[in-house]
Amino acid sequence: MSQHQDTAGRRLKAGGQIDRSRPLNFTFNGKTYQGYAGDTLASALLANGVDIVNRSFKYSRPRGIVTTGAAEPNAVVQLGASEAAQVPNVRATQQALYAGLSAASTNGWPNVQLDMMGMIGKLGGKFMPPGFYYKTFMAPASMWMTYEKYIRKAAGLGRSPMEPDADIYDHLHQHCDILVVGAGPAGLATALLAARSGARVIVADEQEALGGSLLDAPYTLDGEPAEQWVARVVEELASMPHVTLLPRTTANGYHDHHFVTLHERRTEHLADTAPQVDGRRQVRSRMHRVRAGQVVLATGAHERPLVYANNDVPGNMVASAVTAYIHRYAVVPGKTLVVSTANDDGYRAAIAWKQAGHAVAAIADVRDNPDGDLVEKARELGIRIITGSAVIEAKGSNRVSGARIAKVDLQRFCVSGAVEELACDTIATSGGFSPVIHLASHTGARPTWRDDLICFVPGLVEGVHACGGANANYALGSLFSEAVDVAARAVAALGMSPEPITLPTTDEPRIGKAVALFQVPHEKDTLKAPKQFVDLQNDVTASAIEIATREGFESIEHVKRYTALGFGTDQGKLGNINGMAIAARCLKRPIPEVGTTVFRPNYTPVTFGAIVGRHCGSLFDPERYTAMHDWHVARGAEFEEVGQWMRPWYYPQKVNGKLESMHEAVQRECLAVREKVGILDASTLGKIDIQGPDAREFIGRVYTNKWAKLPVGKCRYGLMCKDDGMVTDDGVTSCLGENHFLMTTTTGGAAAVLEWLELWHQTEWPELDVYFTSVTDHWATMTVTGPEARKLVSELTDIDLNRDAFKFMEWRAGKVAGVPARIFRISFTGELSFEINVQANYAEHVWKTLFEHGEKYGLTPTAPKPCTCCAPKRASLLSARTPMPR
Amino acid sequence: MFIIYCPYCCEYREEEEFHPKGQAHIERPKDPEACSDEEWGDYLFFRDNPRGVHHEMWVHAAGCRKFFNVTRHTVSYKILETYKMGEKPSVTAESVAATTATPESVQKEGVRA
Repeated sequence: MSQHQDTAGRRLKAGGQIDRSRPLNFTFNGKTYQGYAGDTLASALLANGVDIVNRSFKYSRPRGIVTTGAAEPNAVVQLGASEAAQVPNVRATQQALYAGLSAASTNGWPNVQLDMMGMIGKLGGKFMPPGFYYKTFMAPASMWMTYEKYIRKAAGLGRSPMEPDADIYDHLHQHCDILVVGAGPAGLATALLAARSGARVIVADEQEALGGSLLDAPYTLDGEPAEQWVARVVEELASMPHVTLLPRTTANGYHDHHFVTLHERRTEHLADTAPQVDGRRQVRSRMHRVRAGQVVLATGAHERPLVYANNDVPGNMVASAVTAYIHRYAVVPGKTLVVSTANDDGYRAAIAWKQAGHAVAAIADVRDNPDGDLVEKARELGIRIITGSAVIEAKGSNRVSGARIAKVDLQRFCVSGAVEELACDTIATSGGFSPVIHLASHTGARPTWRDDLICFVPGLVEGVHACGGANANYALGSLFSEAVDVAARAVAALGMSPEPITLPTTDEPRIGKAVALFQVPHEKDTLKAPKQFVDLQNDVTASAIEIATREGFESIEHVKRYTALGFGTDQGKLGNINGMAIAARCLKRPIPEVGTTVFRPNYTPVTFGAIVGRHCGSLFDPERYTAMHDWHVARGAEFEEVGQWMRPWYYPQKVNGKLESMHEAVQRECLAVREKVGILDASTLGKIDIQGPDAREFIGRVYTNKWAKLPVGKCRYGLMCKDDGMVTDDGVTSCLGENHFLMTTTTGGAAAVLEWLELWHQTEWPELDVYFTSVTDHWATMTVTGPEARKLVSELTDIDLNRDAFKFMEWRAGKVAGVPARIFRISFTGELSFEINVQANYAEHVWKTLFEHGEKYGLTPTAPKPCTCCAPKRASLLSARTPMPR
Repeated sequence: MFIIYCPYCCEYREEEEFHPKGQAHIERPKDPEACSDEEWGDYLFFRDNPRGVHHEMWVHAAGCRKFFNVTRHTVSYKILETYKMGEKPSVTAESVAATTATPESVQKEGVRA
């Protein structure tokens, strides 16, 4: 049943970048709603009056949408209409709406509106202090698994699908001269200059459309709406063949040497599973593995909410989100607004709200004499401004019903005047902006606190640049000139000459000076005041941080672990700086001394599909097959994996209509080797061809035994040790010529032995003239073993197999089944054995010919397993061929 | 993931093609029999773990199979030089310390959260 559009009265009749001609139905928690093309799930939910989107992690309090983007702590949903399409951990604020989208809250049982855990949360709140898990579940340790199950069920961290994913994913390895992360004003200007200068450029932006903050900026650039400037720049960039534009693409990890992983969501905005094109499956998402010459971080900034009592009640939002929902999505998420701010930016929300025709009860500005253009504008619009004050507490439970406003003394951290309560349903707050320093932080560079800017600015390693909001540079004029400067430096660093670009003029307002405000004082002490949330996703309060510092946790890293601050899937994008500031206040130390925690990849959660790409199913790990593999399969062999080789393990037969067990098959195969003749595909054993005048000397040095006198035509068993005396490998080496040897190794050890030989040759004995070539794949090896072996092989070869002419531990060249071959008289079953080596592409022919002739002798395919059974004493190394005379 | 210049192939290649083989320039004692237990133990087991310039041996395992040396800063992970087996490094901890202009201020440090 489709709910009638806009019952909540929150959608504006005009404006925004939504397509009102394309309504889309979707479901949330089982109810059907309608939004428009261009909406995110979050904007559509707000338009439909859905206030509660989740229950909180620890206290199970109702939570609503707070932001518009990656920083969202509350609106984290489980996506997917079918079981196979389940995706956990999707931020509704970043999920484009599509027809038929189905989402559910990840937290809250039996549902978010009526929550059983809510009661427990209310009671439990008192009993769940910081460090609760450590304190309560410490002992007995064996019970942790039991506790954990219930905690997880109650907390609801999303779930994995129980059915295989219907979608495919892939990886793309890319190189570029300059990678620009973020396509807001700074990113676009940088990309334009770099591209015009001839640099190969990749531009990645996490939003649905390129443009960043310009998408909801009510200013003009060169006298035109900002979107038009964006459209022109994007069009020019798109027309250049050396530029790659990637919208819906998040740079999630910045790794060593400018290796950046970009997660491109190619079809996530279209449907649950990727729609087919011309009957072919599309890639749902793609991981770009980019190696960049220079990287420009134009990642913008996240607005910090203020920390005050009950600041988690639905209806509390960051001010810039309110502005964006109105300008970009034409949604006014309430009726009456109160703004609480420490800067001019908070005014934008009030102005947008008022201009949309809704009521603004007041702006509480903690500054005594705010004076920017936006302040003037708000006054002109008749909005009441209460200076020197802040919202100290929100009223309401499922939705904000009022705001308590009072004068605050920031020096003494206390309320310094009477409290006034204003009725409202929305409180927008701004404590300033935190540059998105995450990617710079991944490189290991420490950010620097700037008192003048009231934020951390990114530390930058060589080849990384930051500009715009990411560098706390917000005013368009200075931001553009910084972007141009950064782009010119990046281009010059690549040895190219920067091509100048003309920067647009703007009519943006003059911004007044901001003050630092993080936690707002309450009439009561922090420990006694209603909860003041710092980290909404993890339910970390100001009082929890204060308790942590009182209990002696002074390092911000310890405070983080003790309280779980920033431990959520949002990595504390909204709360971390507030938390550090509160810890600094409690510890009476400046913020830079308290420091910051380290951000690590990934910036936002990445699906396993994108991480894995095509490396799943049969492509997960390569399998190596011997030349006779198909024959083994046809014979019903069971295989074992050795290294990457699929080696026959045993060949079960049907006896009286019943398939043999492994034990029965091995016994039968052993008996055949003892009484008749068996054949083993030993091709997987490593083979290294060693040639050169010093080959003999070299082998003598790497094996423990002597090789100086081994004549041509003879084989010898060798044991290889490392310098510490431990055996690393063993095998038989044969002298093929005076300067030519063939070394065999264990199946799993072949690559390591070859590298070992190279290591000693290249580092310690470069004077020895010797060369090593892996020939494991080139020769197929079939071991014919058992009392009838000589009779069988002699039918097929021109080599004299007489025991006096061809002795144990010798080899002969000749033909087998008409094919050039080497036969080695080596045995590790203890029975008479001939190891036939032929070029791998002839092997199946030789193998089949052996069976044609072998039937009358009872030739039985066998595997290393029975062979080791036959030679238990010599089989200390499973796949080693320890020779026994017979 | 590193990008490493192979001094034999004369190309920058992805780390996936290489294997690290531990500290470089460890010479096997000429006469092991003459070593004291301590000297032999040092040769076998004891390795430097410097915070800063480190000489390492790598092998271009999925490439030319040549062993070579890498001088890497263990804090910034910056590769300062790669050179062939048997050659001496031109960048060392001492040479870097002598030219203090290296931008240490923004290099990795501190607690990993």
